[in-house]
Amino acid sequence: MSLWLILMLAMPVLIGGGLLWKSWSLLHDHALGELLLSTRWRPLSGEFGFAPFILSSLWVTLVSLLIAGPVCVLSAIHLTQYAPRIVLKVMQPVTDILAGIPSVIYGVWGIVAIVPLVSRNLAPLMGAETTGYSILSGAIVLAVMIIPFVLNILIEIFRSIPIELQEASLSLGASRWYTIKYVTLRKALPGIVSALGLGLSRAFGETIAVLMVVGNVTIIPRGVFQPGYPLPALIANNYGEMLSIPMYDSALMFGALILFVIVMVFNLAARLTIIRYEKVSQ
Amino acid sequence: MEANHKIRVENLSLRVNGHEILKDINVSIPENKITVILGPSGCGKTTLMKSMNRLTDIYPEMHVRGRILIDEEDILNTHKDVTAIRKKMGLLSQRPYPLPMSIYNNIAFGLRISGRKKRDLLDKRVEHYLKQASLWEEVKGRLREPASSLSIGQQQRLCLARGLAVDPEIILADEPTSALDPISSQEIEKKFLDLKQDYTIVLVTHILRQAARLADHVIFMYLGEVIEQAPAEEFFHHPRTEITRAYLKGSIN
Amino acid sequence: MRRYLSKEYTFRRKIQVYEELFFRLIMLLASLLIALVLLQIVWSIFREGVGSVSWEMLTNTPKGGFYFGKEGGILNAIIGSLYLGLGATLLAFVTGLPVALFMNTWLAPRKRLVNLVRFTLDLLWGIPSIVYGAFGFALMIALGIKASLLAGIIVLALLILPIMIRAIDEGLKASPPGLTEATYALGATTSELSFSVLTRQCLPHILTAILLSFGRAIGDAASVLFTTGFTDNIPTSLGQPTASLPLAIFFQLSSPIPEVKERAYAAAVILTVIILIISILSRIFTNKYSRNTIKF
Repeated sequence: MSLWLILMLAMPVLIGGGLLWKSWSLLHDHALGELLLSTRWRPLSGEFGFAPFILSSLWVTLVSLLIAGPVCVLSAIHLTQYAPRIVLKVMQPVTDILAGIPSVIYGVWGIVAIVPLVSRNLAPLMGAETTGYSILSGAIVLAVMIIPFVLNILIEIFRSIPIELQEASLSLGASRWYTIKYVTLRKALPGIVSALGLGLSRAFGETIAVLMVVGNVTIIPRGVFQPGYPLPALIANNYGEMLSIPMYDSALMFGALILFVIVMVFNLAARLTIIRYEKVSQ
Repeated sequence: MEANHKIRVENLSLRVNGHEILKDINVSIPENKITVILGPSGCGKTTLMKSMNRLTDIYPEMHVRGRILIDEEDILNTHKDVTAIRKKMGLLSQRPYPLPMSIYNNIAFGLRISGRKKRDLLDKRVEHYLKQASLWEEVKGRLREPASSLSIGQQQRLCLARGLAVDPEIILADEPTSALDPISSQEIEKKFLDLKQDYTIVLVTHILRQAARLADHVIFMYLGEVIEQAPAEEFFHHPRTEITRAYLKGSIN
Repeated sequence: MRRYLSKEYTFRRKIQVYEELFFRLIMLLASLLIALVLLQIVWSIFREGVGSVSWEMLTNTPKGGFYFGKEGGILNAIIGSLYLGLGATLLAFVTGLPVALFMNTWLAPRKRLVNLVRFTLDLLWGIPSIVYGAFGFALMIALGIKASLLAGIIVLALLILPIMIRAIDEGLKASPPGLTEATYALGATTSELSFSVLTRQCLPHILTAILLSFGRAIGDAASVLFTTGFTDNIPTSLGQPTASLPLAIFFQLSSPIPEVKERAYAAAVILTVIILIISILSRIFTNKYSRNTIKF
């Protein structure tokens, strides 16, 4: 039992170590800075610049957070501060089901609903032209995928704020809204930031759904209506040729390593903040 | 002899999901005196107090009926702005809940709500109320630090100063010393005796000795009902009901 | 002066009232939007796919020319997914339940260690499934295992293990300490406490944990992409490659032939239905089986 437990505690290190080991031959041949910053991706001639993929990932995740963040915060305030209990009871299964829908289904939904919406409605509105397979489509699908996840954390955070704090503010003559704006939200701020951080890291690693709608063109995207090629999509799309081109497998493993490191850093920071926050607020 | 009645509660009942928490309450609270609401825990004393400044509004499951008159004005059945009603009363809860901001801003919060925003005026006021709560000397060098950095006894005095700053006429205190050490408790109690010159104080407690030390007037509650209300002298020495006698002897708690 | 202040005060109050109304409205809209998006997702999946769901496609494996729009069905993917989901859930359950119990009984006095384990599990849960897939692939190469049902089950089990343990753990954590004390007072050993009392007390949580994990396992595509291969046949042993629903949808949707695409939509309907059934079941379990749970 103890052995099993130790193995589990070591698991993150094992995964990181395993990926590092497999990407070692690439790291041995190329400078780290070049790998991360170069925009030249020509596996056949041995050039592996990850910048287009990293930037695409950043674009998609940040835009998705821009969509999901406000929706989640507003809805969490609504559900915990204003809505009658029954509404929360109805929303619980809604977020549970949204959280349970598989990635590939979100991808299908993206193709049949979001891609046409972007190409036919949103892009013309902004004077852009696109097939719909774009950063924006990926971001919208991602936003919907992380909403249940972020919303649930936010609801927990708002619930953990003692009601006496609100009573104190109300009894000073503050209105309900003033109290929420200056007391509740301020108290919840570290929690909100970490919830968004967790959402960001979840979005960063999401693969299939994004891959299906984002276009997968190796360019540096310059706007939300352009296609992109996020890191997870790169890995998933090329596993087939992985062993036929020299160094290619190592490069893809390095891609997974970058993903792993970024996600871990965000997770660690967010979870530590939440833990500290809980300690302070009790 | 009988003083003016600041608060009068008439036929107040309160239900939570079909359970009657308060049953047909009728009490009067005299002006510029300390009125203690006494009773074993769970008897509804805190709920009664919270209905006086309509904090019951934020619990959607609570249904209130009856009348609460403050200065002869019904605050339950009115379209008047509830925040104006609440400003007449300062609240001190069981544990101090400083607002998540600096010591200075905890006091200034209520002042700003009332529209006082000039910097020098705020400074003066903050100092004044911190002095009133005997906290000024301890915190004057660190007004910009978060209120959570204070000790729990200091926090409770800060909450008192915060409540006084909105210039209330009534202070509602819900077992304000229950989380404090004996010395901090004493300071709060002393403060109350000073403050009753200018304020009407309602104090909820289940500590008999504290009630005996502070009360001018006592309201005794048991299982959601008011059993007895009388001036302190009369209540402690000539209790009228069997339940009160049992409680005073310590056989109910 | 006083008059002036109070006039300004009422004016600001008025603005605040409208501000609150405005925000309440958009907050309501945010909640509504979330609910509507779910309906929209289910509706559009069904609209695209329900027409192509047929008995034939549920009960046949792909025939020759299937990927050019000829005959056949997706039975291989359905069965493959069930094998993968059930296998991974079983593996994660038998390895995860003891860990959760261990954390909450023997290990319980060592709070810091337990919290460290919880923290690690939460971190593991945050690792994307594509990373698990890549790691699994590296592991397979190192150990010389071929892409197969077994490899898929192992990687999926790793993926769902943190969810499984944490979900059971939450239930155990919430069980009243008085129950543990009372059981010990009867002279029970720690294992008796764990396996007969606590598992029963937390049965609803355990069932929910199993369903949650199964749902995640059956729906995940990125991790099995590397590890299971893909085949038109139903696997007959753990060493054979296998198909799965998510991958079947993913591959068939990238085909240019309309008939093949239709089948992808139909497969999406089937996967969605499975997930919806799981959600409803877990809701029923949490409500029904909490009868034996002692509440405090």
